[in-house]
Amino acid sequence: MAKISVQFTLNGSERAEFVESGTTLLAALRDKMDDTSPKGGCHQGACGACTVMIDGELRLSCLTLAETCNGAQIRTTAGLANGEVLHPLQRAFEDAFAAQCGFCTPGMIMAAAALLERNPNPDRADVVEAISGNVCRCTGYEPIIQAVLLAARANSTSAA
Amino acid sequence: MAVKRGRGVAAVNYPTGMNLGGDPTQALVHSTPTGSFMVTLSSVDLGQGLKQIMAQICAETIGVPTESVTVDTADTDTGPHCMGTFASRGTHRAGNAVIQAAREARQVMLEVAAEELEVNASDLDTDGSGNIHVKGAPSRSISIFDTALAAHFKHGRSISGRGMFLVPRSYPETETGAMKPSTCYAHACTVAEVEVDEETGEVVVLSVKNVFEIGRALNPKMVEQQLIGGSWMGISHALYETTEPYYPDREHGARDYNEYLMPGPGDLAETEIAVLERPSGDGPFGAKGPGEMCANPQIPAVANAIFDAVGVRVDTLPITPERVLRALRQRDAGATA
Ligand code: FES
Ligand code: FES
Repeated sequence: MAKISVQFTLNGSERAEFVESGTTLLAALRDKMDDTSPKGGCHQGACGACTVMIDGELRLSCLTLAETCNGAQIRTTAGLANGEVLHPLQRAFEDAFAAQCGFCTPGMIMAAAALLERNPNPDRADVVEAISGNVCRCTGYEPIIQAVLLAARANSTSAA
Repeated sequence: MAVKRGRGVAAVNYPTGMNLGGDPTQALVHSTPTGSFMVTLSSVDLGQGLKQIMAQICAETIGVPTESVTVDTADTDTGPHCMGTFASRGTHRAGNAVIQAAREARQVMLEVAAEELEVNASDLDTDGSGNIHVKGAPSRSISIFDTALAAHFKHGRSISGRGMFLVPRSYPETETGAMKPSTCYAHACTVAEVEVDEETGEVVVLSVKNVFEIGRALNPKMVEQQLIGGSWMGISHALYETTEPYYPDREHGARDYNEYLMPGPGDLAETEIAVLERPSGDGPFGAKGPGEMCANPQIPAVANAIFDAVGVRVDTLPITPERVLRALRQRDAGATA
């Protein structure tokens, strides 16, 4: 099958690749662009492990075709840290022991990042709703909820 | 419509590992030329934190910082033998093997340092931050870095050790069938509070209060993390997880995360965790295996709480609304009969 070109901005860098038509964004990121931070948990839109941001909106990369992303701004967990300095959410996940196997973590962090960008002072119910499309097998969710609240508090004290 | 409340309690006595064929695990430890240490294992870290714990155990035994230990669990073809990561056995079995291997490596390390310092190895001690010194004379010292260099390039010695943990095999007595299935038991007790809707059969777990007796917590934060996750998983087993229904045929069973149910972040019971530390006699630094045990007591506690609430015993898992309704119907039929 003829390959088609896809071109978008991934975590601030221009990227271009040839992929087969029908390739998911998840496969393009992981297999072609060396960004393995989005995980494939179910490949059918039910677990949230593949969550990325496309033009500022949360999207499941397993249900998004790479060819529909031409010209888009794509962000993944791999682009959150600033060099050696972790993003406040990454630090909070570490401090709150919010990852065990870590498979859900990148998706959880993207979902939480989207929440904090539109609502910097979420309450517990906001956090629960924000991560309700993400499945975690290990943590029992509570440590993740606490980590997101911790990151929000850290943000608001550093902004003050 | 009547929503009834109930409270149930349950306790478990849970073996660490098993005793089939001795349940062996082996470990190898060696130093690099610059005095970092490598632990080689076939035991696998699947998120429970085995690598961190093995690094701590090795570091504590040799007397070096945890950061200078790397744990390699890469390959079960080429690594030392391990029965596997299951039965809550990782910390206990692999930990004991790592201690034995690390002791042997430490001994070689001290012998090399003794030659360099021209003293007896038995007079030497480690300071835990990368140096070896004469007991009582901290200024007569050599770094582990220099000791490893000397071992590799001057003395031709390998700072390494072999470790093995094997449980003495226990056979059942022919008369009674009695045997010793395990050498080490962890314990837990849970009190669960539930609400049962008699009209829909739905059960909501309001709270679980758990106490876990896990030997010594080698990494208290990681233990707590595993216990919180385990408690959630216990409720999940009790009420949600199943590949049923099997009717009209198997094709109608759960095939994905939309159909295979687990409690989500909006369904969490209020959860309390308390840890009791009673060091085990044969565990590494007193540890036991809390892994599987911590997801068990919630199940009978929830079943007992349902009985307390509505007087029915559901003895098949998970306790779905359908099963509760069937049991309630039977209860009511019995009452009118
Ligand atoms: S892999 Fe995309 S939702 Fe599960
Ligand atoms: S940490 Fe394992 S799935 Fe969430």
